[in-house]
Amino acid sequence: MVSVEKEMKVFDLEAASSMVKELRDEFLSGKTRSYEWRVTQLKNIIKMSEDREQDIVKALHSDLGKPEFESSIYEISMLKNACTLAIKKLKQWMKPEKVKTSLTSFPSSAEIVSEPLGVVLVISPWNYPFLLSIEPVVGAIAAGNAVVLKPSEIAPATSSLLAKLVGEYLDNSLIRVVEGAVAETSALLEQKWDKIFYTGNSRIGRIVMAAAAKHLTPVLLELGGKCPAVVDSSTNLKVAARRIVAGKWGCNNGQTCVAVDYILTTKDVALKLVDALKHELEGFYGKNQLESKDRSRIVNSNHFARLTKLLDEDKVSGKIVHGGERDKANLKIAPTILLDVPRDSLIMNEEIFGPLLPIFTVEKVENSFDVINSGTKPLAAYLFSDNKKLKEQFVMAVSAGGLLINDTIIHLTVDALPFGGVQESGMGAYHGKFSFDAFSHKKAVLYRSFAGDAPVRYPPYTNGKLKFMKALMSGSILGVICALFGWSKN
Amino acid sequence: METWRDLERDLEDMREYYRHGKTKEASWRKSQLKGLLTLLKEKEGDIFKALKQDLGKHHVEAFRDEIGTLTKTVNTALESLKDWMSSKTAKLPRIALQTSAEIVPEPLGLVLIISSWNFPFGLSLEPMIGALAAGNTVVLKPSELAPACASLLANAISTYLDNKAVKVIQGGPSVGEQLLQQRWDKIFFTGSAHVGRIVMSAAVKHLTPVTLELGGKCPAVLDSLSSSWDMKVELMKNIIKEMFGENPKESHSIARIINKQHLLRLKNLLKDPHVDASIVYGGSVDEDNLFIEPTILVDPPLQAAIMTDEVFGPLLPIITLEKIEDSVQFINSRPKALAIYCFTKNKTLQRMMISETSSGSVTFNDTIIQYAADTLPFGGVGESGFGRYHGKFSFDTFSHEKAITRRSFLTDLWFRFPPWNNYKLQLLESAFNYDYLGLVLVILGLKRHRQRSAGI
Repeated sequence: MVSVEKEMKVFDLEAASSMVKELRDEFLSGKTRSYEWRVTQLKNIIKMSEDREQDIVKALHSDLGKPEFESSIYEISMLKNACTLAIKKLKQWMKPEKVKTSLTSFPSSAEIVSEPLGVVLVISPWNYPFLLSIEPVVGAIAAGNAVVLKPSEIAPATSSLLAKLVGEYLDNSLIRVVEGAVAETSALLEQKWDKIFYTGNSRIGRIVMAAAAKHLTPVLLELGGKCPAVVDSSTNLKVAARRIVAGKWGCNNGQTCVAVDYILTTKDVALKLVDALKHELEGFYGKNQLESKDRSRIVNSNHFARLTKLLDEDKVSGKIVHGGERDKANLKIAPTILLDVPRDSLIMNEEIFGPLLPIFTVEKVENSFDVINSGTKPLAAYLFSDNKKLKEQFVMAVSAGGLLINDTIIHLTVDALPFGGVQESGMGAYHGKFSFDAFSHKKAVLYRSFAGDAPVRYPPYTNGKLKFMKALMSGSILGVICALFGWSKN
Repeated sequence: METWRDLERDLEDMREYYRHGKTKEASWRKSQLKGLLTLLKEKEGDIFKALKQDLGKHHVEAFRDEIGTLTKTVNTALESLKDWMSSKTAKLPRIALQTSAEIVPEPLGLVLIISSWNFPFGLSLEPMIGALAAGNTVVLKPSELAPACASLLANAISTYLDNKAVKVIQGGPSVGEQLLQQRWDKIFFTGSAHVGRIVMSAAVKHLTPVTLELGGKCPAVLDSLSSSWDMKVELMKNIIKEMFGENPKESHSIARIINKQHLLRLKNLLKDPHVDASIVYGGSVDEDNLFIEPTILVDPPLQAAIMTDEVFGPLLPIITLEKIEDSVQFINSRPKALAIYCFTKNKTLQRMMISETSSGSVTFNDTIIQYAADTLPFGGVGESGFGRYHGKFSFDTFSHEKAITRRSFLTDLWFRFPPWNNYKLQLLESAFNYDYLGLVLVILGLKRHRQRSAGI
């Protein structure tokens, strides 16, 4: 058997540095500035997603056991939408924005011009390895940047497919994929980028930001957190349960940055909620929920071990009210619900990122907000309620990247909304025009005419000039006239 | 002098005060802004005195660049506060039945502002106006290199603003270091790139977002207009005499160098014999009085420090080029600056400047004045920093834009949920493409989906 392998060159500091230099030179040639170049790349991304849909679905299944339908809809369709929107709006986004000018700079005109930052780095995670790699790249391209993508090595089939597809469909002189793990990522992080876009966990987020600080590189960090769902007694439990199941096990088996991490509710609602959840789970996944093909598996044995550790902690033993079964060989854990977990258990303090749903009970539903605020700010927070006052309290009191009332996850699909975290859940936002803005520098441009030079600005400084300036700054025409005549307005 | 424990306790008190929600109220924010307005009016004389003492700044210049601009900013903030605080509706596609979405600005919490010595009031209070308008609690660390101003700021702010929410902490690098160890919801820094790196590195610990307003070598591109360059130099000499008299040192209209260290730094820039030889005007240094006269140089060597480091002083090197368009390449081969100025009537050159160079901002036919424009973002790019402020941009820089979506229970796209089948897939695809006709056709069984292999 003959195996033909290309000689694998190690991607080290030197390789990284020369790659960035190449991209920068190409960027400076001005190629990415044209509307045509950008639209061509975006159209090619759509073509790539459509032509190779089956390959993408296969790779996602290999890496995550992701059902075809989740791959088609939550990864490929969402990506295509992002491209379509960018293509539709690009001309508008690229146009300079005229702004008003005031008396202080009269006569003048001004505008804000969007320009690309230059050469940017996108580091993507393993849970939505296609969408979360290409969606930021779409923003980078729309804004006219050269971009390097480093996909996660924990989703190797997708990483290698991305390298292949980008190589085939996009302009390699300006868009590259670098595969690898810690060594390659470190080599990349040593370089000077004009922006780094990172999606992942806060530990690596800190490493990225620290590397960026050396070069004064701005960063956009999409991190995570424990996204809570508060369930109120006034809610329609059946629908709430269905939407919670969809927003947990229906999204990559809970391995989603905005998945419902845990539930907050009162004791009386908790039991009814558990029943409703069990009912919906059976509707979705049948009787053998552990082996159901309609759920992703756990990504790898590290995460499997991490999750089983959360389940096996003494503090939570006896709290499992549904599921708990595992299949180590196939990296599967059944949809599991725990009731009344202690506040200081591991499962209530770490981001779960898996198919375990703890329910934490409180005396009054309003106490939920204190529980949420006692932790770090999450990427999303959910509330299921029909109570107007409670909804308003929720919006006022809870700080998170985004809030969604009476549903889960879908706020991500609204491209008119910025998607990003706050504090520990991240900094910066993207989606829709926010993606374009995230990869742009908004340059202020002021045009002054040579006429209308106000001598009052210039030395030698006198009190007369001071009076005139005060009037000018206050925008008061009367004051200006008075000052001109040497009168005081008082 | 605060001890570490005092500092931590004070900050915890400020966080607690913030948690109680007072600073979120529009009335509180207005009261703070009004307090600043009163401060600027009543303390005007003291501010002039402090600036004269620290920088030798003439009071009219102080008004033009600090008090006047700040007053304008506070007034703008007061007028616009309601609008800035209001939530913005986000447009949704029709398929989002009975769903509404909006973006609500909320304060970040407890923020740190570190300001620089050159405009000690302007650069302290301009960001503070944004932070207060956005509903945050604020700690200000003014520069110790302008001590009279720092001390006046500390006194005035404790008199005119809410002490539980706004504090001034004075001190040098060690105090700065202590402050950087704390947990902030945002750090706003104005200063050098060197310290900017230190600030951003410290912010990593708590994943604190930062805005860095740095500097750089801001070039002014001078097109030929109506005269040659040597005539322009003559013109400049005349204007300097007009503004500052025959003996600028005696004129009170020109500021001093901030301290001995900076004076020696600037003096050193002129030491190189080739640089010295290129001086065409000025060049005299009075160490005792911290005075350097306006100095013009023509074509000093490009590798000299005066052409590689930010001057930040009264020395103006002029570089002559074959063609004015060469200035684009010249600028691009150097780190990105905070501002580019270009004096020209040539529209082609103007377009080139905008589209072929990158800088924080570009101003045509004037200098500095972009600082006063509230509708323009003020900030850098590349080495000159990131983030921006002024006007609404200040408010935004100290806010988190929280996305809020509300759904009803009545409608649901039932095909969102497992168990999965091809029919649901077709519906979802149509839905995602906002293909309403397609949706209907699928439901009526009139649309066939292209074949998919389910070979998994």
